[in-house]
Amino acid sequence: MNDFEPKIIAFVCNWCTYAGADLAGTSRIQYPPNVRIVRLMCSGGIDPIYVLKALLQGADGVLIGGCHPGDCHYQSGNFKARRRVAILKKSLERLGLDPDRVWLRWISASEGQLFADTVTEFVKFLKEKGPNPFKTLQAL
Amino acid sequence: MLHAWLNVERNPTQTMRDFLRSFLEKGIVEAILVPAPSAGGASITPTLFLNPEELSRAEPFAPLMPVSEATMVSMLTRTGNPIKLGAVMRNCQIRALVELVKFKQAQLDNLIIIGIDCPGTYELKDYSAMVQNGVDPTASLLENLARGEVSPAPGYSFREACTMCIYPIPDPAIVAVTVGLMGFDGERLPILVKEELAEKLGLADGSPSNRREEVINGLLKARKEEREKQIGRFTKEGTGLEGLLRWFSKCIRCYNCMGICPICYCRECVFRTPVFEHESARYFDWAQKKGVLQMPPEHLLFHLTRINHMVTSCVGCGLCSSACPSEIDVALVFQSVGEEVQALFGYVPGRSLEEPAPVQTFQEREFLELGETLR
Repeated sequence: MNDFEPKIIAFVCNWCTYAGADLAGTSRIQYPPNVRIVRLMCSGGIDPIYVLKALLQGADGVLIGGCHPGDCHYQSGNFKARRRVAILKKSLERLGLDPDRVWLRWISASEGQLFADTVTEFVKFLKEKGPNPFKTLQAL
Repeated sequence: MLHAWLNVERNPTQTMRDFLRSFLEKGIVEAILVPAPSAGGASITPTLFLNPEELSRAEPFAPLMPVSEATMVSMLTRTGNPIKLGAVMRNCQIRALVELVKFKQAQLDNLIIIGIDCPGTYELKDYSAMVQNGVDPTASLLENLARGEVSPAPGYSFREACTMCIYPIPDPAIVAVTVGLMGFDGERLPILVKEELAEKLGLADGSPSNRREEVINGLLKARKEEREKQIGRFTKEGTGLEGLLRWFSKCIRCYNCMGICPICYCRECVFRTPVFEHESARYFDWAQKKGVLQMPPEHLLFHLTRINHMVTSCVGCGLCSSACPSEIDVALVFQSVGEEVQALFGYVPGRSLEEPAPVQTFQEREFLELGETLR
């Protein structure tokens, strides 16, 4: 298990978290290379199908990043995202699947360090948790 | 609201037909949607009546629901309701209609809902078997009701969704009339009518039915117990990775559950768009990754996504289970998940037109733990 490198799919908003990730890069902050970033215009554009597809395909974790509450570029997209994530996590939990592989985090454009810390923390968390059991299942 | 009684001379079905005819004859509505035998006679389906004479073949109490009338009312009113329309509906259909109105898929203007107490409905195959075996499903149901029993004919059972339904009674705040089947005593049928409508129909205020109250209370107790039992069965057998895969193991991805669902209203479901018409190479990629690929793929993605998209508004009509050719108990999954997800928002689908559906709104201060960094 020690050589297990978790794979994280991150859906981040264009205006805050993506810019935060960019800042982490341009500031040369070191963080684990386990994350694959998908940029959305807004975290409110997240559809649970994206997260579910990633999890069923075997992603070990899914990170959804948006602007802090009140800071959404489109006023309320992040609030809508939060409701959808609440529904998603509750339904996963009720079905006996693992809701903790899905993280929602507010990270602003100026928080490069927070982005790096979040990824670092998520990787550590997933290493302890182990691989996503869907990875080896034939049925999607 | 006014309590009135309809005298039953021959049988409740005939009484109800006459009652409905008065709506058309007195010009209260110009058309009325009532279940009636389908062409060919092998099923019962919502039927739009304009001619009062034709109502003699209506089967308003037939315990069969192959489609939700909510879907039909949506068809009739989505782009505007030009004429005064009446609709005889069961409560799961009314609740689904309320949800559809919130999603702008139906309109209540010009619509008079005539709600009926719902004792339960049969699967079509059971209904057909009863008819074939010489049992009249409607008559046996009404005979039982006259004895104060809400039960299926001996040897048969109602659809599982009906046996665990805890909302069998229409809400007087939403319907214009409630036909209190549960209070049928063999001679009279209690009804609840809005005052202005009672005047038009020439109905006098009477006493409420105590019998109905008692029957409903007993029924709800039994339904709650059954509901708990069934949901417990899902928790035991259908959850966890293995349980869930086993539960949906027979899925052939026909999308019948989505097609029949009154809440799944999207004109174009994402699963029927080119998003899911993958390039050939994609399938081989997947197969390569896992060594094998079950075909057709993505059945679990379909069910999990559908749960996430509409479970907050699921009214538990159970049509998804009835429509499943593989007899997967889809409805029980939706009821089990729905109960907890809806509770997050204190939401009961179809309860009130005033409450927006959870996916339509948000509050700034809720789920505050989500989004905040741990530590």
